[in-house]
Amino acid sequence: MPECAQELRAFIRNNFLYGSESPGLAFGDEDSLVERGIIDSTGILELIAFLEMRYAIVIDDDELVPDNLDSVSRVARFVERKLQPVAR
Amino acid sequence: MCAIAGAVAAKRAAFDPSLVADMVATLRHRGPDDCGLRAAEGIALGHARLSIIDLPGGRQPMCSGNGSIWIAFNGEIYNFIELRADLVRRGYTFRTRSDTEVLLRLYEADGDGFVQKLNGQWAFAIWDEIRRTLLLSRDRFGVRPLFYTTRRDRLLFASEIKALFVDPSVTRAIDPRGLDNVLTFWTTIPPRTVFKDVHELPPGHSLTWHDGGVTVTPHWQPAFRLDEAASRSDGEWLEELRARLVQATRIRLRSDVPVGAYLSGGLDSSVVTALMREAAGQPSSTFSIAFDEPEFDERVHQQAAVRALGTDHHELRCAHGDIAHVFPEVIWHTEQPLLRTAPAPMFLLSRLVRERGFKVVLTGEGADEVLGGYDIFKEAKIRRFCARRIDSKWRPLLLRRLYPYLPDLQRQPAAYLHAFFHVSADDLASPLFSHLPRWARGRRLRLLLSDEMRASLDGYDGREEIASRLPADFGRWDAFCQSQYLEMALLLPGYILSSQGDRAAMAHAVEGRFPFLDPDVVELAAALPATLKMKGLDEKHLLRRLARDLVPEPLWRRSKQPYRAPDGASFFDDGRPDYVDELLSPARITRDGIFTSSAVDLLVRKFRERQPVGATDNMALVAVLSTGLLVDQFINTLGKAAHAGVRPGVAGLHPQ
Repeated sequence: MPECAQELRAFIRNNFLYGSESPGLAFGDEDSLVERGIIDSTGILELIAFLEMRYAIVIDDDELVPDNLDSVSRVARFVERKLQPVAR
Repeated sequence: MCAIAGAVAAKRAAFDPSLVADMVATLRHRGPDDCGLRAAEGIALGHARLSIIDLPGGRQPMCSGNGSIWIAFNGEIYNFIELRADLVRRGYTFRTRSDTEVLLRLYEADGDGFVQKLNGQWAFAIWDEIRRTLLLSRDRFGVRPLFYTTRRDRLLFASEIKALFVDPSVTRAIDPRGLDNVLTFWTTIPPRTVFKDVHELPPGHSLTWHDGGVTVTPHWQPAFRLDEAASRSDGEWLEELRARLVQATRIRLRSDVPVGAYLSGGLDSSVVTALMREAAGQPSSTFSIAFDEPEFDERVHQQAAVRALGTDHHELRCAHGDIAHVFPEVIWHTEQPLLRTAPAPMFLLSRLVRERGFKVVLTGEGADEVLGGYDIFKEAKIRRFCARRIDSKWRPLLLRRLYPYLPDLQRQPAAYLHAFFHVSADDLASPLFSHLPRWARGRRLRLLLSDEMRASLDGYDGREEIASRLPADFGRWDAFCQSQYLEMALLLPGYILSSQGDRAAMAHAVEGRFPFLDPDVVELAAALPATLKMKGLDEKHLLRRLARDLVPEPLWRRSKQPYRAPDGASFFDDGRPDYVDELLSPARITRDGIFTSSAVDLLVRKFRERQPVGATDNMALVAVLSTGLLVDQFINTLGKAAHAGVRPGVAGLHPQ
């Protein structure tokens, strides 16, 4: 999970902020990426594509909610849940 | 259409008029039919001509009978016949049938204020030898370009910036605020340009020069009057709009050469083409762009319009690699960086128009601004609507009705739409409310700028500059008019009518004419109740009703699809031209010092590795490439990169 969070931070910084280290665009693991303006209106689709490719998961339409995807911690927890074998 | 250029020096200081001849030589693409130069102590006016009205009589620069007043004029005055008749009644005589001579006599008769009487599109220079005063003027919406710079006691002016750079003493450097403006607003805030010390004469302004002193004053600004909204019934508004559009189209067919039309397959150009047919009594020749990519292609609608209106149609097929190949030449003409490639197909289209023997086209440009067609107006309306019930779950779903042509946006989960269009109390109170999301997206491109560029911007925010210059009445207009004003003041003149308009067309000596920007149409539209512009979310409501009588149902019912072209991906085909990799290379980015090499690298990698890219990435890539091309062709050297060897010459130009 910490590894996943680190990968996510790097992906977000490189993919959406072109690697900028500007303090104005620093984001914490709990910050809302949309409200902070880090992810723009088409960016969410890039994030989904990245998650599906990198972690070999399939994200259903009803999972596309900010509760799952709108901060580094939320995404990391979401990915972790998706990677766990389905409980019987 | 034509080009003008000139220089004037204080205290009759002598300069070599061949400077102005060289300036005109860089502008011959705008006026290939003829050129002329007139010079005296401390003054020279030059002109390159595209002959459209009074082919033998309209040579320029033109002089008054006693030689004391000279004019160099680029444009068309559509009401010149009426103005001429009025002058004849007042005892003035004419040597030619040209509109240029009408301007000359009007200046003699009425002085500087005569521009108020003009219905047309113009950029002209009038030299008054007796007052030793130069008057430069530009039409209401800035259809025709005009730039100037002052060097010591000398003023240089020209239709395009490249002509000013012929003078080696003019600085050739990027203005950081100008570049920042383009990244946010797609154009600069006039009079700023992307080049340091080069100014644009703002649309609707005149400039007087006397003995080294420069005064710039507005003669027109977009303004809205809602006190008349209740004065007419809907049916009366419709009849009045029809009458004014018919007249606007009729006078725009005044020409001694054939007139064609651009037919995009949308509502506006279909209406214009139908009105042309009514006015001329015969079908016209029409031109359109077809794309290989279905996402951008509008052929089905174009063909429907062609069948309905019976036009002689010509189609330009823009193939996948075409945009990248012509892009350097396009930037040579736009003279400012671009965030979209859309001007490139327009550049190719004007070439086709010219090849088919046309010099003049009517288009539907301006209808979206004047009559309320843009999605940004809808977006603002929906955002305000959502803001009233911030917790409503279903209100944000309306946002899907926006941008039906953007598949990425259609796939957005509802919860995200809500978040993206979230409205804060500060936003609601801002006079720039309608444009805040668009400009916030644009400002993300600042992330690409180098540390030096960012440092020189030093906290500058173009949005504050715009807010500080709004008209005094702005706060009293309704929200819809406010968003219209922002489009009319910035994107329309600075991008739509320039990069995608005059520059793309005049690259091949083709003149665009715009019935929707006729002052009588604009005046009426400015008094229209907002519900007749956008009723609910039905854009251009009144125009759509007018169109019912002119075009078949599928055309008048069709909702707005903005003209778009393939962006970033067009530069990553296997057969791409060499300049693409060169301009995006870390060495080149570092050398120019405008962008951060590591940021450009991350951007380019997304495209090279075919990763999903968003709207911001596309704009960023086009911005980096177009800025590099601008630096290549205007700063490092002066000349078209694709045609090294084009150096200004003086062939064929002799003082009269």
